[in-house]
Amino acid sequence: MILHELISYDVLRVIWWLLLGILLVGFAVTDGFDLGAMALLRATARTDVERRVVINTVGPVWEGNQVWLILGGGAIFAAWPQLYAVSFSGFYLAMFAILVALILRPVAFKFRSKREEASWRNKWDWVLCISGIVPALIFGVAVGNVLLGVPFRFADDLRIYYDGTFFGLLTPFALLCGLVSLTMLVMHGAAWLVFKAEGDVAARAARFGSIAALLASVLFALAGVWIAMGISGYQITSPVNPVGPSNPLAKTAAVVQGAWMANFKAAPALWLLPVLGAVLPWIAAMGMRARREWLTLLASGLAIACIILTVGAAMFPMILPSSVDPRFSLTVWDSSSSHVTLFIMLVCTIIFLPIILAYTTWVYRVLRGKVDPVAIIKGETHSY
Amino acid sequence: MDLDIVDLSRLQFAITALYHFLFVPLTIGLSIIVAIMETVYVMTGRTIWRDMTKFWGVLFGINFAMGVATGVVMEFQFGMNWSYYSHYVGDIFGAPLAIEGLMAFFLEATFVGLFFFGWDRMSKRGHLIATWLVALGSNFSALWILIANGWMQNPVGAVFNPQTMRMEVNDFFAVLTNPVAQAKFVHTVSAGYVTAAIFVLGVSAWYLLKGRHVHLAKRSMTVAASFGLAASLSVVVLGDESGYLSSEHQKMKLASIEAMWDTEPAPAAFTAIGIPDRAARETHYAVHIPWVMGLIGTRSLTTEIPGINDLVKNTEGYIRNGIEAYDALQSIRAARSDAEIPPAAKTTFEDKGASLGYALLLMRYVDDPRKATDEQIRQAAMDTVPPVGPLFWTFRVMVALGMFFIVLTGTFFYLSARHRLDAYPWLLKVAVLAIPLPWIAAECGWIVAELGRQPWIIEGVLPTAMAVSNLGATTLLLTICGFILIYTVLFVIEMKLMLKAIRKGPEHESEPHLRFYEPMIEKLARAR
Repeated sequence: MILHELISYDVLRVIWWLLLGILLVGFAVTDGFDLGAMALLRATARTDVERRVVINTVGPVWEGNQVWLILGGGAIFAAWPQLYAVSFSGFYLAMFAILVALILRPVAFKFRSKREEASWRNKWDWVLCISGIVPALIFGVAVGNVLLGVPFRFADDLRIYYDGTFFGLLTPFALLCGLVSLTMLVMHGAAWLVFKAEGDVAARAARFGSIAALLASVLFALAGVWIAMGISGYQITSPVNPVGPSNPLAKTAAVVQGAWMANFKAAPALWLLPVLGAVLPWIAAMGMRARREWLTLLASGLAIACIILTVGAAMFPMILPSSVDPRFSLTVWDSSSSHVTLFIMLVCTIIFLPIILAYTTWVYRVLRGKVDPVAIIKGETHSY
Repeated sequence: MDLDIVDLSRLQFAITALYHFLFVPLTIGLSIIVAIMETVYVMTGRTIWRDMTKFWGVLFGINFAMGVATGVVMEFQFGMNWSYYSHYVGDIFGAPLAIEGLMAFFLEATFVGLFFFGWDRMSKRGHLIATWLVALGSNFSALWILIANGWMQNPVGAVFNPQTMRMEVNDFFAVLTNPVAQAKFVHTVSAGYVTAAIFVLGVSAWYLLKGRHVHLAKRSMTVAASFGLAASLSVVVLGDESGYLSSEHQKMKLASIEAMWDTEPAPAAFTAIGIPDRAARETHYAVHIPWVMGLIGTRSLTTEIPGINDLVKNTEGYIRNGIEAYDALQSIRAARSDAEIPPAAKTTFEDKGASLGYALLLMRYVDDPRKATDEQIRQAAMDTVPPVGPLFWTFRVMVALGMFFIVLTGTFFYLSARHRLDAYPWLLKVAVLAIPLPWIAAECGWIVAELGRQPWIIEGVLPTAMAVSNLGATTLLLTICGFILIYTVLFVIEMKLMLKAIRKGPEHESEPHLRFYEPMIEKLARAR
């Protein structure tokens, strides 16, 4: 294998760091509206037919959307094995809670309408609602903890030890991040419902969604101020070797006040990301009120992307800082896969990602248009 | 306490994997059967084939949901419960998982939505393509996960990197073309086809016995019997290939499946039944069939198959080599630059680095393998014998069931060709009773493959005991109970819904409700 030297190791690492961001954004933007719409299921839909309308807006596509998460997990495993190992075992109980939601969600979608009794459907509707809220909240709390630093350390043979507890994750700042995540996904779910549903359902979605959007904007700004004023970032303090072996023990790092702002100082253009992240939800909110469907969906999707990318931009090149001892922190330069693996995976991505995007677009085209409650009642298009 | 964590982690993985594997084989096989039925519909235009597609599609959907739900758990678990494993081999093992997502999951999950919701929105051909893409996706998914699993059984194309303390890819093509992975893929996929075929056969037989949906049932049986016969024949042939390959790559697994304690002169006899006794190192009441084992294991009459006792003795040698490699590794890592590495350590590691994993077996007994006593080395070598009794029996159950499936599908294939599917009610009853058997065979197969690899999580490279995350036993117990609780509840619900859908059969259901909903439809129409 000599081909991999076509792209140097440090460039590949940055590419994979960007791809990680794209996968997270892909997940948040696509599966985000599934989670958000389900979180709003009981609020936007009162009757059984309305509930089915809401469910059918995401029914045919949520499965494909969720693959962004599965692919994200696989890609982290393949490209950032240490990040995968540390974060998944460190956030163990939080991951378990997400898993429970992800086990129950597919089942609820498929099982809900298999029986006629109201109590049966009611129960599954609650399951759908909760399994929309829980992952949205936890993902945000996790990001908050990543910004604060996570209490993990390595032994000499790189065996991982985690010194934290589940309740230790629930700090005020992390909870604020959880709320940012929840409100932004609820905004996005509402934007999707405005887009795919009509009548009362769309009206209620617009009402809840615009409130969520404004909250998302305010909470995001608040988290930003908190980071700038009161939260220390992490910084590598030894000379950086971007093509060195992936061993996080080879460097030193420190907690530095204002380190999360350093990239914005160095490249002021990056300010565009947080500014857009705070402004776009307002546009989404206005779009919802004015029923500008495309504008709303676009604005809320872009808002999510900007909010996620803001975190990445603040932290680069840190990926997962260690609060026990900063030198254990994982960075873009010392926690990736080998040069060969990164290259092979990039080739696979270049081949398959366009194909995936092409057929996904086609599927959305086939399914375009509003969900028709009459067709649902007549039993023409519902299969759930 | 350490041991508890290992056992609990293994228990959790076994529970979630065996449970996931209840749904995977049916998904793999049923997706193809449904696609075949729809193909006939598109080619002939006969609506009964569309009804068949939709009916089996409903059962596919219920099962698919469970497969997806339990599959996400599997992927996350590597990082959650096996973090050192994830670090140690993520460079190789992660790649097939990621490619599985790119190539397979996206395909099946995107088009499964169209399969259910696209009937009125697409042309017949368009919908058929979507159905085949779901089937293709499910099968690709099996390919990539078995390439990953095959690598755990036969780790090729990777080397240990002392600087990063992990295995890294040096020949990805070898990982892809790993013969063990290929044999496992075709064996497992055909087993999935058999599972779905017997399922369709059994459910249809039940309809024939009840005299319901006779036309649909007979046609379904014809598809299931021919598909199932081809699949069950290949499952045995390919399973035999798998066995042949273990004689090359996993000698201990093969010897344990056979409960073959001592090396026999070639060609070895096959032990049909017996009671393996680990303590006495012999198999009581063994019934031997001469020559057969030699033929299966080596495809020759002259090659010896080593017995467990001899393999353990060899392992002691590997462990000693591994200790030397471990010692060399420590001096390599102590050096601050390449130039400072003692040349002797470099050569030793090049020679014996492949045995490094064997030294890690000693970590159960000592912190530093170099300080191990002879007794501990003997003990560690003895540890490489997997649980012989369970392997011996699960293997035999699997093989016996495999033979039975050939007879069953063959019989129905013959009856179908002669148009006498309903001639023998007792045979239909046998088909109904056979429905759960493929699952038993598949779970046994999983146990043979995975228990047979113990104590290794990656054969010869990393011991299972080292691979776990450092979690608290309470945490693990909590999540194990959580999984068992959720899985049990869902299993009961799933079975009920399956039975309900089967009992209801392929009729249309929406019409009777229409009158009740009419005022609402009018109101909605006026609102627009």
